[in-house]
Parts: sequence; structure tokens; C-alpha cells
Amino acid sequence: MRRRDFFAVAGSGLFVFFGADLDAFQERGRFPGRQAGPTDFNAYLHIGADGRVTCFVGKIEMGQGNMTALAQLLAEELDVLYDSVDMVMGDTDRCPYDMGTFGSMSVRMVGPVLRAAGAEARAVLIQMAAEQFHAPPERLQAKAGVITDPLAPDKRVTYAQLVQGKRIERRIENVPLKPAAAFTIIGTSPQRKDALEKVTGKAKYAGDFALPGMLHARVLRPPAYGATLTNVDTSAAEKVPGARVVREGDLIAALHERPDLADQALGLIKAQFDRPHDGLNDKNIFDHLLKTAPEPRVVGQGGSIAEGEKLAAAIVDETYLNSYVAHAPMETHTAVASIENGKATVWASTQAPFSVKPQVAQALGFPQENVRIITPYVGGGFGGKVGASQAVEAARLAKAAGKPVQVVWDRADEFFFDTFRPAAVVKIRSGLTAAGKIAFWDAQIYAAGGGEARPFYDIPNYRTVAAGGWMGGNPPGMHPFGVGAWRAPSANTNTFADESHIDILAAKAGVDPLEFRLRQLTDPRMRRALETAAKQFGWKPAKTPSGRGVGVACGIYSNVYVATMAEVAVNKSTGSVQVKRVVTALDAGIIVDPDGLRQQMEGCITMGLGYTLTEEVRFQDGEILDRNFDTYQIPRFSWLPRIETIIIDNPGLPAQGCGEPPIITMGAVIANAIYDAVGARLLQLPMTPARILEAIKRG
Amino acid sequence: MQRTISFTLNGKPARVTTDDERMLLWVLRSDLGLTGTKFGCGIALCGACTVVVDQQAVRSCSVPVKDIAGKHVVTIEGLSDGDKLHPIQQAFLKHHAFQCGYCTSGMLLNAYALLLKTPKPTRAEILQHMEDNLCRCGAHVRIVEAIQEAAGAAKGGAL
Repeated sequence: MRRRDFFAVAGSGLFVFFGADLDAFQERGRFPGRQAGPTDFNAYLHIGADGRVTCFVGKIEMGQGNMTALAQLLAEELDVLYDSVDMVMGDTDRCPYDMGTFGSMSVRMVGPVLRAAGAEARAVLIQMAAEQFHAPPERLQAKAGVITDPLAPDKRVTYAQLVQGKRIERRIENVPLKPAAAFTIIGTSPQRKDALEKVTGKAKYAGDFALPGMLHARVLRPPAYGATLTNVDTSAAEKVPGARVVREGDLIAALHERPDLADQALGLIKAQFDRPHDGLNDKNIFDHLLKTAPEPRVVGQGGSIAEGEKLAAAIVDETYLNSYVAHAPMETHTAVASIENGKATVWASTQAPFSVKPQVAQALGFPQENVRIITPYVGGGFGGKVGASQAVEAARLAKAAGKPVQVVWDRADEFFFDTFRPAAVVKIRSGLTAAGKIAFWDAQIYAAGGGEARPFYDIPNYRTVAAGGWMGGNPPGMHPFGVGAWRAPSANTNTFADESHIDILAAKAGVDPLEFRLRQLTDPRMRRALETAAKQFGWKPAKTPSGRGVGVACGIYSNVYVATMAEVAVNKSTGSVQVKRVVTALDAGIIVDPDGLRQQMEGCITMGLGYTLTEEVRFQDGEILDRNFDTYQIPRFSWLPRIETIIIDNPGLPAQGCGEPPIITMGAVIANAIYDAVGARLLQLPMTPARILEAIKRG
Repeated sequence: MQRTISFTLNGKPARVTTDDERMLLWVLRSDLGLTGTKFGCGIALCGACTVVVDQQAVRSCSVPVKDIAGKHVVTIEGLSDGDKLHPIQQAFLKHHAFQCGYCTSGMLLNAYALLLKTPKPTRAEILQHMEDNLCRCGAHVRIVEAIQEAAGAAKGGAL
């Protein structure tokens, strides 16, 4: 969208166009193939004649609270009330380009841009007031959307009055931002922007949009990956009153004005498929990954492994595994598509509306400017809604049916088409000196990716290599289905392996696991995170296994430091684990919304119990065997540990992203606590009762 | 069988003429346009579709509409009194007992049913009653706090 097109739809008021090159903010190199910044301009905010401030961002709200934090950042610099800011998010016609909401980037990357836009708008408004007051702008004060002159008490003008009936485009370059000491909104916890709508059921998700004449579609799915349709009979389905069957290339769907009747019609479609039998399943996948992984690349290295081996008095060589894990958001992939006068509008539950737009355009044969993606509230994403093929399905079906179409994946579709967190293998070989220092660290990561895998301990000789990852570029056939980003990609797998391995070394050295970590750590942020967690937890040093069931793990994700301690009770006869207490200390720089951060910490701890204890996707010959929440167990109320979240004060560091980091330590902290409880080392996630019993037996 | 079902919906008389084997969830969302009740799993495993029928929490995805004839149905749209939030909604709001919000209607209605039956639940009773309502974001700890607060606010079973 170009600037003049924006004006055509936006009306009057003050617009701030922030033209900075966003490449620096969006880490182009990290996500190859995605456009990083906007091509023309960013309209980040608009102040209307009613005094309301509208903030346009391409990010989306999926529960993580960026709608609130971004509004705070803008309100702070603009000096308006938080309540006067309205957020417009994830609408490709109204918001500047954004590559997607993932990687904990909203606050970290967009935050600085919004602050700059707010500061610039405030400077423009003060300049306008100065002209009206015939006073020097430096003297004027802005607060809560009102500009006053301290030397002339009768001089007072609101932002709304200044912009009334005008269309203003001005720029003031290089406006300084507020120092942290001057913050009045950043660092507070206002009511979430989405709170009232969410507790009243008024919050709209993609499936809540009903257009006149809209049909609900249920799509025919293959029984397994690689299956091909050989025969289909739709005659019975077409006899359901009001139903129709649309076949558009490979896409076959039953449509009805009622969703459940579309479902009923789909059930009457008789289809036969040829199914492949590759013999792969969730048990033999690890050997397959080792065989099919591409050439490893070096993630980090220093010193010499051979030199380190000479220094080692003891060597520990272990292999860590984790299974495929589903995102399982409560809202399945959903979209509503409407095509009118050659223009398609799609409401989609997606984390990346600007990536969905060209996909829909291509599927319809439309130019991109004739496609608009609107992202309402998203009912959970966790990385699983970066792709949004349901939007393409809805658009194709709407075109074929000549009516608006809603596509809602059922739960089995959601499990089948998920881009799972990859099953992975991590091999770590390391050595201890006679003095209990780590002499070398040699790690090979298969399929998880090398993110956050470089050791942060002081290890003189280390090498970490990674073969394959979650982001694509894997050899065909390596994974039997799609894999992708899952909340803190790479880092859950790598932190589980690394921090389990550190614990094994500590036990081997006969040193308390916290003390062992601190002995190899000079990074002051990690030392502080561990010490903060230990103080809150009341950590008492002991060699493991002590029988108490306490554990520690720490890690770094996107420059956020996390240290976690946990206490567990293990039932030795059933192998079941109750996590009794989790303490997490986190250092994420300036905190925009402390309560919002605590929500993410609590959410990460709770969600993290799932991949740690129960969650694994079972499959055989391309068929996904877990299709609903009966066999795929996610955390429940009875699992709840006592959760304590500690936010470390670090105002010298700009605000970092916090939606992902606190989850990364969960696998290792529970594994280490289980070891401390019963002396059994779990090397595979999830740590199911069967695996725990097996580990106890193994001793 | 196609027939007309009459029931009370959020305190007002309601009628739908439809196949009476259809599930209440879809009749609410599609025929009646009340989209606050959500689809999550379709087979009564997740609780996103929870509504209250004659003071009992039920999974609307698995209740045929014929079963609600003559009964009182409360959905999220009927929980507040106009703009005045119900105490359980007020508590969820105050504690930010949600993140993505998709499970929230079901959580609220299930908690509402608990407090109708047990105005002063213990923590263990709350956990047990809420056990089969799933939340993927991990808002559980706040949901428990919110229910405890709402129970405290509703002195003498005023809910």
C-alpha cells in the first residue's frame, strides 16, 4: 500500500509516517526469504479529532499481550492516556508490512519504532501548539493529551483540538526518547486492551465472522501423509438438504450454511486412498533422523576438542531425544473468505498475515493489491499459525462456490496439518578436569536447529554443530510431515540436552548442581539470574541425588536470561511425577508491563510441563495417531505447581521479548529434579511414567 | 427430526426450528448467532463450548438440541447484567485470567456452575471441577485465583 492509498481510506487527523529502515529491527538474516521492512512507509499512528489515538501495527494478538504492551510504549512517548489508544493489528490494508508475529519480536523490534513515532508526533503537536500560543516549544508541557504553557496558565490546548479537521503530515527528525527515569506508563500494568472483550465473549476470532450467504466448508482429508486419492463418490453427500460438494483441483469440500451439516455431508463422501508404507513411527524416527540429516554446520566453536580431551579426567557421553510436539492451540486454524468485484478479503487466524496475502493472491490468480488479510484475535498460536493454509482453502472455495466461505479445521485436521516441533537427537560428549571444571564440550544437534546452543559457560574447548532444523531446508523425507517453529524453537530441545548434561557433570564431580554451574560461569547476567532464583527458592546445596527432588536449569533465548528451580515428587511404583513448585527468575531488560510478563512466565511454566511430561505425537506410516485431547494430553488444572516468578531489575537494557524465553528451561529443570528425587536420569522427552519406571529400573 | 424447540436462553424465550439431533453448540453459534461459545475439540474433551443448562455445566458440542427443550440455557452472552459484569467475569478481568481468550467463555461458564452449586469451594474443589477445561496458554493459576476471589465476593451465595 502506498501513501496516497492510505490517505484515501484514513480520513483526517495527524498521521505520523515513520520512514526508518526497519531492516535493522526485523533481523532479515534470521528469516531468509521474508521481506524484512516495509517498502514504502509506515503509518504507525493517527490522532483523530476525537482525541483518540489509533496505532497501526502488522503484528497480531494471540494472547501474548502485545496489544497492551505496544499501546503502553506509544502512549508513554506521545504523552497520552493509555486508555485513549486503540490498536489496529494484522490488517494488510491498514497496517504497515510486518513479516510475522514470532520470535519474541513485538516489544523488542516494534517497540523502539513505536516509541520513536510517539516521540515524533508529540514534538509535532508541541510545535503546533507553540505556533498557536506564540511561545517557544521548549517551554511547553504535554501530559495526557493536553499541552500547556507553565508561564501562561490560560494557554491550554488538547491534541484533539490541534488536529481538528486538518490533515497534517509533518516530520521532525531525531526526537529524543524519554529516559527510563521519566516513564509513567512503561513499567506499569494497566488492564489488558483485550480484557473486557474476552471476559464478555465479545472478542471476535476468525470463526466468529458470519457474512450474508456464507457457507461453511469441511474439507476432505487424506488419512495419512503421502496418501493419494484414487476414487471418490460424493453422491450421498450431495443428497443432504442444502449441501453442495465443491471440487476445485485437489480440494474437495462439503459446503452447507450450517457448519455441523457440512460436517455431516463430509462424512457421507466415500473416498479411497492409496497409502504409502514407509515404516516410520515415533519410536524409530530417531535413527531415521540420524541417517537422513544434512551435513552439520558449526554453530560455535573455540579452543580445541583434542586439547580438551587431554585435560579431561572423566568423560561423559550422552544422547538426548525429544519427540514431535504439537502446538494444539485451543482455536483451530480458521478463515473466512469473501470475494467481491475481483477483490478477496480473508479473515484468518494467522501469525503472519502479510505472508498469507501473496499465498491467497497466487491461489486465486489475483494481483496482490486485490487481496486483504484481516487478523482478528487469534486463539493461540505458539508458532503453529505462521502458516495459514486454511486461508488459501477458504479463498479457493469462496471463488469456486461464488459465496463467502468459512473453513474451520476440526481437531484432527489441526493435529494432522500442524507444523510440529521437530523430533530431535542431541549428542553431547564432554570432559571434566580433576578440579571439576569442564575441559571440553562437543555437541551434535540433529533436527532441532542450532538456536541458542552455543555454551554460555566458560568452556575453553567447545564445538557445537547442528544438522537440519525447524526452519526448512531439510532433505526431503527427513521428517514424514511438516515441522516448524514451536514456542522458542530449537531452545527447548537444546536447553533440555545442555542443562541435563551439565547436571550429569555436576553429579559426576560430586558438586551441588547450582555451585557447579556458578563455578563455570562468569557471565554476570546468568550468575545473577541463578542467584536470584536460588534466593527465592531457598536452595540448599547438596550433591545429587539427594532424595529431595529439587532441580535447577538455566538458559538464554533472544538475549533474555532465565533461571528456573523446581521441586517434584516422583511415585516410584507408578512413575508419575507431580511438580510441586517452580521458581523462575528472568532478566529481560526494561519491563513494559510487569503483569503481562508474569502472565507469560506463568504460561510458559504451565505449558512447558506438557512437552516435559506427556506431549508427543504418535504416528505410523504417515498417519497421525493422536487426533484429539483424549490421547494427546496437555497440562490441566490438577498439574498446577506453586509458581513463583521473579523479574530481575535491569533498566540499562532495552525491553526484550518475553513470550518465549521462560519455557526453555522446563524440560531440564524437571529432569534434573527427577534425578535428584530418585537417582534416575531421563534422557528423553516427554518423561512419561513408563520412561521414568524404565529409568528407575536401569538405575 | 425437524421440529421446533422452545427453551429459555439467557433469561429470554427462544425457539429454533431444526433437526433436533443437531448439537447445541452449532445451533447457538450458527442459527442463533451467539458466537461467544467456542468450538475446540468437538467431542467434549476441552470445555471451550461449555454452557450452563438448568444450573449444570454441559458441553454444548455434545448436547443435542432436543435435550434442552423447556430448559434454561446460560451462555457467555447472558452472564453479565447489561454492562454490569457478573462477579466471576469481574474477577477474571481483574486477575487477567486469560491470554488468547479462546477457552475463556467455557472457563467462565464452568466456574459459574461451580459457584452455583458450591458457593465457597476449596482450592481442591476448584481444581477438580475445572480439570477438564483445557487452556493452552497456561492461564490456569490466574483462573484459580479469580474463582477464589469471585467466591469470596459472593458472600452468602449471592451468585
